[in-house]
Amino acid sequence: MPAERKVCLSGSGLTKVFGFGRRKTVAVDHVDFSFYEGELVSIVGESGSGKTTFAKMLLGLLKPTEGEIYFQGKKRDISTQKKRKEYWKNIQAIFQDPYSSYNIFRKIDTVLLDCIHMRGGRGLPRAKKLEMMEEACSFVNLKFEELTNKYPFELSGGQMQRLMIARVFLLKPKILLADEPTSMIDACSRATILDELMQLRDEIGMTIIFITHDIGLAYYVSDTVYIMERGRFVEHGSADEVILRPKGAYTRRLISDVPKIYEEWDLSTV
Amino acid sequence: MSNVILEVRELTTKWVTRFKEDIYAVDHVSLKVEEGKSLGIAGESGCGKSTLALSLMGYYFPPLHYVSGEIIIDGQNITGMKPDDIRKSILGTEISYIPQSAMNALNPTQKVISFIEDVVQAHDPYKTKQEIYELARSCFETLGLPASVLQQYPVELSGGMKQRTVIATSVILFPKILIADEPSSALDVTSQKMVIKMLKNLMENGFIKSLIFITHELPLLYNVTDDIMVMYAGQIVEGGSAKQVVFDPLHPYAKGLMGSIIVPEQGQRNVKLTAIPGVPPNLKKPPAGCRFAERCKYVRPDCKVAPVPLYSANGGRAYRCILSEETLRAAYLREAQRDAS
Repeated sequence: MPAERKVCLSGSGLTKVFGFGRRKTVAVDHVDFSFYEGELVSIVGESGSGKTTFAKMLLGLLKPTEGEIYFQGKKRDISTQKKRKEYWKNIQAIFQDPYSSYNIFRKIDTVLLDCIHMRGGRGLPRAKKLEMMEEACSFVNLKFEELTNKYPFELSGGQMQRLMIARVFLLKPKILLADEPTSMIDACSRATILDELMQLRDEIGMTIIFITHDIGLAYYVSDTVYIMERGRFVEHGSADEVILRPKGAYTRRLISDVPKIYEEWDLSTV
Repeated sequence: MSNVILEVRELTTKWVTRFKEDIYAVDHVSLKVEEGKSLGIAGESGCGKSTLALSLMGYYFPPLHYVSGEIIIDGQNITGMKPDDIRKSILGTEISYIPQSAMNALNPTQKVISFIEDVVQAHDPYKTKQEIYELARSCFETLGLPASVLQQYPVELSGGMKQRTVIATSVILFPKILIADEPSSALDVTSQKMVIKMLKNLMENGFIKSLIFITHELPLLYNVTDDIMVMYAGQIVEGGSAKQVVFDPLHPYAKGLMGSIIVPEQGQRNVKLTAIPGVPPNLKKPPAGCRFAERCKYVRPDCKVAPVPLYSANGGRAYRCILSEETLRAAYLREAQRDAS
């Protein structure tokens, strides 16, 4: 990792409160973070710890109750629809459920074509567009010839998730937010998707924020790990540091919850 | 020789599609589960794991059809029985099933207790509500669930709690064998561990005698079950004890599955995950020879000629590959050496 790292996305005192009065729920509680450019960051926590709320705030889908988000050193401004669209050119997301991520009325060609158009490729010749689409599909080991004239629901879950990565490859955003991209996919396709995410990071140099509840996945893919407990970041550091030498009790518990094969799996802790 | 709880001989079942095409999702599967043992079934999505689980119950409803084979539960052959008889006297009392989406299995307009009342009264209409409540309470408490859950609606429970409630409900009539079809795939790791602990408790407290556990997470299977069977395209391709299958797989597909294991242990970052390229074959027109041949690294011309039988190997294990044990082991060793250098 180079010495002078540029901060890509950072935030201070970010808070989200749902409800008020007696029914108040603090989902994200004054978190500070800074994600560097070209870094693969994992955010790990159990369900209900506020991971998805945090992700939605980063994406600009939820308005933070308090705190600020800084994008490339400047305060993020998404007050108008135009500015918001401009921001979304820089941040893209892959969601948990591939089956509900696509517009069911649109064919795969259209999905990919829209991405090219979003990047300002509307005036390109047809052959060039086809070539770009083919390149994106081959990046994720899908065959473009087999996908044309098909609808996304004709693919398997793993293939749909890979098509999502192909979209990101065409859009080339600065930040990719992957919210549990592998939790609904079986273990065999999972390896492919994780490898493709890492490849994407190396090729385009984008920042990837990988949200997961499985600390094993986080250890496999990420440079930096943030541990989230009840809306707070309780521990962060490099993957080796956090997972091999955990400081907090919560991190230790998360690690102990993942089934092991080389060590004894202690079931008595829950 | 301990008591065999479930024995399945050459079971074949098929799905019939709208266009009258037959899909043999379970193809000549034989298995045996002994008392106090648990069996794990692994495989990727679409390989027939869930169809096998449905078929094992002997309760077929279109589009799933029975073709051939026998299912024997504790000495009783249930293959020729009428669906109604099976529902009344087998399901719930002899064999019980936890569906994949157990989170949605509870009725949102009923309290948990009235759901349990339905289950119990379907088998014993003369039980009073008080008796059922006592039974449910003692069952829930033994399994580490608070009795207050009984008076709650499913929406008030968290995902892990719902899953555990469904498990407790499914064993309330003390079935001999429980089939758990991916009970933890929709849960986070902490709730998953609670579910696993509960399944282990069931065996220890004598609620069930044997367990069949279906999942695609191999580390989980390794920790839960005694034996593992690997399924591919409707067939069993490898079977053996958990240790044998995880650390010394024979079939190339099983070997490929082991390559996708991710654990938070030292050295994992340097391990290159090996995904299996390609997709499973279309079972409408299964290939003539080995079903894995299209994706196999060690494929030979004679692989694609005739169906491959299940060969038995040393240590009571079986595998479905025309290559011999020694050839396969040597090939894996060569591969490992090449990766290391």
